[in-house]
Parts: sequence; C-alpha cells; structure tokens
Amino acid sequence: MTSVSRALPWLLLAVLFALLPKVLTSNTAITMLSMMSIMIVFALSYNMLLGQTGLLSFGHAVYYGLAGFLAIHAMNYIVRNKLGIPLPFVPIIGGIGGLFFAFVFGWVSTKRAGTVFSMISLGLGELVAASSLILRGFFGGEEGITANRTKLPSFFGYKFGPQIEVYYLIAIWAFICIVLMYALTRTPFGRMCNAVRENPERAEFVGYSTQRVRFIAFCLSGFFAGVAGALAAINFEIMNAQSVGAAQSGSVLLMTYAGGAGYFFGPIIGAIIITYLQITLSDVTGAWMLYFGLLFILVVMFSPGGIAGWIMLHAPAARAGQLGRLAPSYALASIPMALSLFGAIMIIETAHHQLVKAASDGPAMHFFGLALNSNSVLTWAMAVGLFAAGVIGLRLVWPRISDAWGAVSLARPKGA
Amino acid sequence: MLELITFSTLNGVLYGMLLFMMASGLTLIFSMMGVLNFAHASFYMIGAYFGFEISRHIGFWPGFFIAPILVGVIGAIVERYGLRQVHKYGHVPELLFTFGLAFVIEEVVQMFWGKLPVDYRVPPSLDFVAFRLFDTTYPAYRMFMLVTAIAMFVFLLAILTRTRVGLIIQASLTHPNMVAMLGHDVPKIFMLVFGVGAALAGLAGVIAGPALVTQPAMAGLLGPILFVVIVVGGLGSLTGAFVASILIGLVQTFAVAINASLTDLFGPTIGASLGDLGNVTVAQIAPVIPYVLLVLILIFRPTGLFGTRES
Amino acid sequence: MTYALSLKDVHKSFGPAQIIRGVTLDVKAGERHAIIGPNGAGKSTLFHLISGRITPTSGSIALNGARIDGLKPFEISRRGLSRSFQVTNIFPRLSVYENLRCSVLWSLGYKYSFWRGIEGLRDVRERSEQLMEQIGLTSRRDEQAGTLTYAEQRALEIGIAIAGGADVILLDEPMAGMSHSETEHALALIRKVTEGKTLIMVEHDMSVVFNVADRISVLVYGQIIASDAPSAIRQNAAVREAYLGQAEGA
Repeated sequence: MTSVSRALPWLLLAVLFALLPKVLTSNTAITMLSMMSIMIVFALSYNMLLGQTGLLSFGHAVYYGLAGFLAIHAMNYIVRNKLGIPLPFVPIIGGIGGLFFAFVFGWVSTKRAGTVFSMISLGLGELVAASSLILRGFFGGEEGITANRTKLPSFFGYKFGPQIEVYYLIAIWAFICIVLMYALTRTPFGRMCNAVRENPERAEFVGYSTQRVRFIAFCLSGFFAGVAGALAAINFEIMNAQSVGAAQSGSVLLMTYAGGAGYFFGPIIGAIIITYLQITLSDVTGAWMLYFGLLFILVVMFSPGGIAGWIMLHAPAARAGQLGRLAPSYALASIPMALSLFGAIMIIETAHHQLVKAASDGPAMHFFGLALNSNSVLTWAMAVGLFAAGVIGLRLVWPRISDAWGAVSLARPKGA
Repeated sequence: MLELITFSTLNGVLYGMLLFMMASGLTLIFSMMGVLNFAHASFYMIGAYFGFEISRHIGFWPGFFIAPILVGVIGAIVERYGLRQVHKYGHVPELLFTFGLAFVIEEVVQMFWGKLPVDYRVPPSLDFVAFRLFDTTYPAYRMFMLVTAIAMFVFLLAILTRTRVGLIIQASLTHPNMVAMLGHDVPKIFMLVFGVGAALAGLAGVIAGPALVTQPAMAGLLGPILFVVIVVGGLGSLTGAFVASILIGLVQTFAVAINASLTDLFGPTIGASLGDLGNVTVAQIAPVIPYVLLVLILIFRPTGLFGTRES
Repeated sequence: MTYALSLKDVHKSFGPAQIIRGVTLDVKAGERHAIIGPNGAGKSTLFHLISGRITPTSGSIALNGARIDGLKPFEISRRGLSRSFQVTNIFPRLSVYENLRCSVLWSLGYKYSFWRGIEGLRDVRERSEQLMEQIGLTSRRDEQAGTLTYAEQRALEIGIAIAGGADVILLDEPMAGMSHSETEHALALIRKVTEGKTLIMVEHDMSVVFNVADRISVLVYGQIIASDAPSAIRQNAAVREAYLGQAEGA
C-alpha cells in the first residue's frame, strides 16, 4: 500500500468531519453530529477493551461519567476562580480524570479475566451508580450538575455558545482521539493486546505479563472514555447520574458490538447508527428500547462480527471481483427480509399500541401512513401473516445465497 | 436491641434463602454450560408476574404450582432455540445473548403490565400473624417463604445426590465431554438444567412477589446482587453460593436496620472528614455494601470463598 | 559447575494424587536432553513445573544457577527459558508473521511500549522475517495461523518457542501426529534452530530420540529410573522392562 492510499481514509474522515455540517445545516442535524462524534470516541475506547484485548466490560460508563462530572466541576471551578483555561483544554482534564479512575479501579478489575472480569465491571458500575445518590456534592443528586461553557475564557475569540462552534470543537477532538487510538493499535503494546486476547497463556510464555497488558489497556481506554465524557459535559452543559449508569454502559456495549468489535472502524459505524436510532426512534415509537434489545440479540445470534464483520466478509470476494455473483441472490433475499422486518415491526407496534396506549388513546393507530385498529383481528392477521411470509420466504431463498457463496469461493484462485 | 437482632436475623436468612434459590440455579447453569445467565433474575421476574396473573384469575395456589412450570418451559425454549445457536460462537456471545434477553424481557414485561408495581397480594389463607415476639408480629407468609425455600433446597439436594439424573448432572458439572462419550444426551441435559434453573428462579419470584414489590425493575435490582453472590461464593460452587447468599442476605438486612450514620458510629472528626459520606446512614449505603464486599473479595481472595474454577 | 537446568528432588501432588515423586535432573548447557517414558508418567507435568505453569509441592528448580520454582511463566520466560506445547498453542487469528512478531517483542526490549509505531522497528521486522525463513513459513506470511496445516502449525509452534532467543528450550512432543517425512523435516528444523542452545525434549518417537539426544532420561510414574547416554539407556534392563520392550530405535 502506498502512503497516499494509506492516508486516504484519514483525509476522507477529516473532510467528512469538516464538511458534513455544511450539508446538513439544521440545528438538530448538527446536534446529532455532535452526539455521534462523542459516541464514536466512547465506543472506540470501549473496543480497546473488547475487540482488541478481549475484555468484556459491563461498566465502562463509569469512566465516561466520572470524567464528565470532573470536567463539569472543572468548568465551574475555572469560571468561579477566573482561571485562564479556555474550553478546548477541558477534554484533557476529562481524559486525565478517566485515566485516574481507570488506574484505581483497573488495579482491582484486571486481576482476573474472562467472566469474572465482566462481573467485576458490573459490580463496580453498580457501586458507582449507587454512590451517585449518596455523594450529592460530586454528583448533584437527581438534578445533576450544570455549567455554562460560554463563561470560560475565550479561545481566539470563540466562546462556544452556538452549537456549530461546539460541534467543531468536538469534531477536532474526536478526530485527534480516533487517530491516536488507531496509532495505538500499531504499537508493540497494541499488538500484544491482540496476542493476549488470542491466547493469554502463550502470551505469558513469550515474556508478557497478561495482567500488566490488560491493566495498561484498561487505563488507556479509561483516558479516551474520559475525553468522551468531558466532550459530553461540554455539549450538554449538564451531567447527571445516568451517565455512570447501567443503561449508558449497555448502550456503548451495543454500539461497539453491533458495529463490529473485530475491526477498528466497527465501533465507528455502530456509534453512528445507534446514536441515530436512539435520537430518532424514540420520537417515532414507544417500543424503541425493545427494538434495541431485539437488534442486539439478532446481531449476537446471526452476525456476531457485527456490521463491520458482515462487510469484511465480502472483502476477499470484492478483491477477486466476484461480488457480482452474490448480487442476484442478495437482491432476491431482500424481499422476504423486508417482508419479515415489516411484519415484525407491525406486530410489535400493534402490540405496543394495544397494551400501552389503547386504554387512553383508543385502538386507532397510524402505521407507516396506514390507519389501523390495534384490536382488530384483520390488523393482527396482516401483521402475523406478513412476518410469517417473510420468514418462510427467507428460508426458501437462503440456499440460493449459500450456492452463490459456494460459486464465489470456487471461482477465486487459491491464496488470492 | 434483641428484638432488632432476632427479626433482622430471620429476615436476613429469608432474604438469603431467596437469593440462594436463584443463585443455585445460576451456579448449576454456569458450572455445566459455562454460561453466566444474565437473564436469570428476569426469570425470577416472569415468575412473579405469572404468579400475579394466575392469582388474579384463578388463585394464588394454582399460580404457585403453574407459574414455575411455565417459566421452566420458557427457559427450556430459550436454551433450545436461542442459547444453543449461540453456543458455537463462544462464551462472550453466550453472555451477551443472555444480556440482550434480560433487556428484552424487561421491556416486554413493561409492555404487558406497565411500569408501575402491580398489586400481587399475599393470599388470605396465609395472611395472618405467625408469632409475636417482643411486641412485634411476624407474618405467616414470611414463614411460608422460608419453608418453601428450605423445601426446595432439600429437594434439589435429594435429586442431585440420590437420583440417576442427579448423578449424571453432577458428572456433567465437571466432565461434560466424558458424560457425552458415555452416551448421555448432553444437549438435552443442558436444556433440562437450564429449564429447571429458570423454574427455580420463577418459583422464587412467585413467592417473593407478594412480599417484595412486583415491578419491571425487580430483575434489574436483584440481578447484580446475584452476581455478587456467585463471585463471592466462588464460581461453580453450590456451597459457596449458599454461604454467600446467607451472608449477603444478613449483611444487607442488618445494614438497612441500622439507622446510625457513619458519624454516629465513628465519631465527629472522622465523620466531618468524610464530607457527605459522614452524614449518610448505614441504611442508606446498604445497597452499596454487596459491591464493596465484591471488591474486597476480589482483592483478598480472588477465587471467592469456596471457589474452585477459573472462568 | 552451573547447570543450564537443575531439578532437585521435585515433587508435585494434586490433592492425594502424587504425579511427580522426587525428580532430580541436571542438564548441562548446550546439551540435547530427551525425556522419554510411558503415557501418564508425568512428562508434561514436569514441563509445566519447569516453565512455571504450576508450582512444585516441594523441591527446587534452578535455571543457570538461579531458582525459578514459584515464578510466573512470564518471569521464567524473561530469564531465558522457553517452551513449546504438545497441543498446538499459537495465536490463531493472528497471521504467521504477527505470531512471530509478538514472540520477539519482549526479547528485543520493547516491553509495553505504546508510543512507538511497530512498523518502523527494523530489528523487529528483520528478526521476525529471519524466524519465518528458518521455520520455512515465509510463503504463508499473511495467512491466519489457525488456517495452516497441522505440520505448518507445529513448525510455527517451534518458531514461537525459539523466537525470544531463549538459551534453554523445552519442546513437548514436537513430532506429535506427524508422518514420517514431516518428522524428518521437523527434525532437521529442530537441529538447525537449537544449535548451541540447551534442548530438552519430550518425545515418543524413538528414532528421533536416539538420533538427536546426547543424554536420555526415562520417567516412569513420576520418577526418573535412568539418566544416561543413549547407548547405555538402550542396554539398561530396568528401562527395557518398563518402557522400551522389544522394539528398538533404528
């Protein structure tokens, strides 16, 4: 690979960060882009543990949230004491905060690996979340802690009041973090993280303390999670106990896993898609959390490599120019797949409406423009019928996809 | 004081037995299949809700027998059509599957029964005072819960040690491959164990529902404590699960009963230096205590009290 | 004199079961030492004890004069002792090149460095490529290690063991499961890469053992019943009775 083609994805990323707000100019869009950028950093930090070192944590929000609280207290402190630290330096405080907490908690956490590590992370997460209601000074109780980012000293004339200015601050930080985290994977340490993930025993026998490797990975991951937390504090100007909670930890796990933990860009995709769904879906349907749970289960069951894994499955075929062979069967399968998806959504929405809303709003509902009754047999018959038809169709079409893949692997010259 | 101690001990042991009803199933599932079932507390919740529904339409006692069976069937289906598919991907996807499942179950329960607690009541046949001690009454229903938990424990022990199936399960705990070689249908045994584990959790839910609050959050509140019990007791050890359950049951119950604040206990100077913490009562930090115990165990005795297995 | 590896009255029990019942063994530097014995004699357990995977119940193990019993595997590895495994123990989803690269990093002093790009480290690249060349896997450089053939994986297994430049190398049944020609090939490889180093090998293939070894120790039920030059071992009556039986090496 020439150095030009290697720099290309990064240039593209920088261009996207810089120019997307020019294309999507509405305030909601720019807010969404800001949130996506923060979540990208958060998810990538999580994947340092999951994808790269093989550590499944259920409490990663602790480092995001605690650092976020630290950042918001720092912002208030700077304003109150008229310190000369402008806003763009606050994420550094967050990063150091995340690093500090990861250092302290990581020492206990990384003593063990595997399932026990996951349980420790869960317990620590619950510990911090439960403490958030007790330590009111730091966590601000139910209301949380607020700050005003425009009151910090200006940075080359910028006070970061408008969302677009905050977006660019976040975007620059996100870009820096993405580059740094990618660079980490290409260091001796980064490589040994992979080795520890693959075969911890053998890694010991080539001279590395697996506990030390995991501990360092944990600390570095905490640093970047802390940066993300600080960026969130800057963006929302408020931090509350939810940001250290189980829901936030579950969210970043979903983003990373659904995006694909096996590839560097996987969590980026996951963060973008899940953030988008989190923002838009809750407006459209009351059952949005159920959808997330089902999405997660479907990914685990049918594509444990996530979206990135699925994409990269096609990489060898693409390189050999064989993607065309797959196109017809994929196109064919998309029909029953769409049917079953439509049917499933209809079932869930109708059930949700009937169970939750019908008592107060009556059985009439709107579904993709159709006016339906959630208690009518016809509606239910349609929903179940569509879903069943889709599933049956999928089972009928699936052998064609297998055949197409068979043809692809036969067509490729060996070793290509 | 004596009154406090007596009742707290009774309640603590009761809570501990409840925890053990669930922790035992969880330990069996983990030992056999290597899966830490995140959705175990969810089965507990489903049991409570099923018990509630059945007691609403038919009666408490039918619910007592039917609900756990229903939950067991659901558990078996989950294992057969869900977990088994994911098994080939490894332990992490299995754990994540149960994690997603817990999530989905909570959402579905919320959809059917709403977010607020439901009125799952103690049946009239058990709604009387069991005894009176030091001016305080102790409800018969709680004695019933205790008796059920102990009966279940004895029953489990009997099955595991005295029946053929029990012996096979014991063998599969440590040597599943060998058991398969001997011709036993290990996948079916897995399904059985998972189903029975779920049923036990469901039974715990049926009897705990009227005493504790039946709400969609009940799984999320109990779940993490269950994992603390497992890790503190030692992964894979039933004895450890029992000891840890009782220990945590007692510790939490006593902590809630103690209204003294840390300042009261340790003196004003220490209290002041702790800031917010100093004014907090022991009862308020009771929810946190199991997790502190978890961290302490992991520092001083990482394999747990009776642990034999690495994960 | 200081022996490269010295075991003194090493015992290992798992609960009531005594697996190693008092093993005393001295291996000189540069020696090629084979350990043979029937199945269940405790040969792998002995390797686990030496390499630090498990700790002796009693007795001492010394590497170049310094005690290593009780140390963790990575500590022992850093002192210059390396091992291969009977059941292939590679990094399955990493490429062949990556497998070897990870194995040389510590010995080249890079430790936990996360501030230097690995691609720019010339000595890492050269050493890894040199190793790949030695074990004959250069053509499979970018293949995932888990997709290699069995013999190729065994070669990689040895490659990882020697990558760190250890002076004392333990090979646990390196020829396990190989055909005759593969064994020849592997034998040549082992001779080549362990030149000048101390080699301790567990093996069942007697032709290999008598071909390679300077000295042979015979382990039966956790005890060494004989430790001598190959010709003496062949004549030893106790050994014949316990193990060799009628079959003799070529």
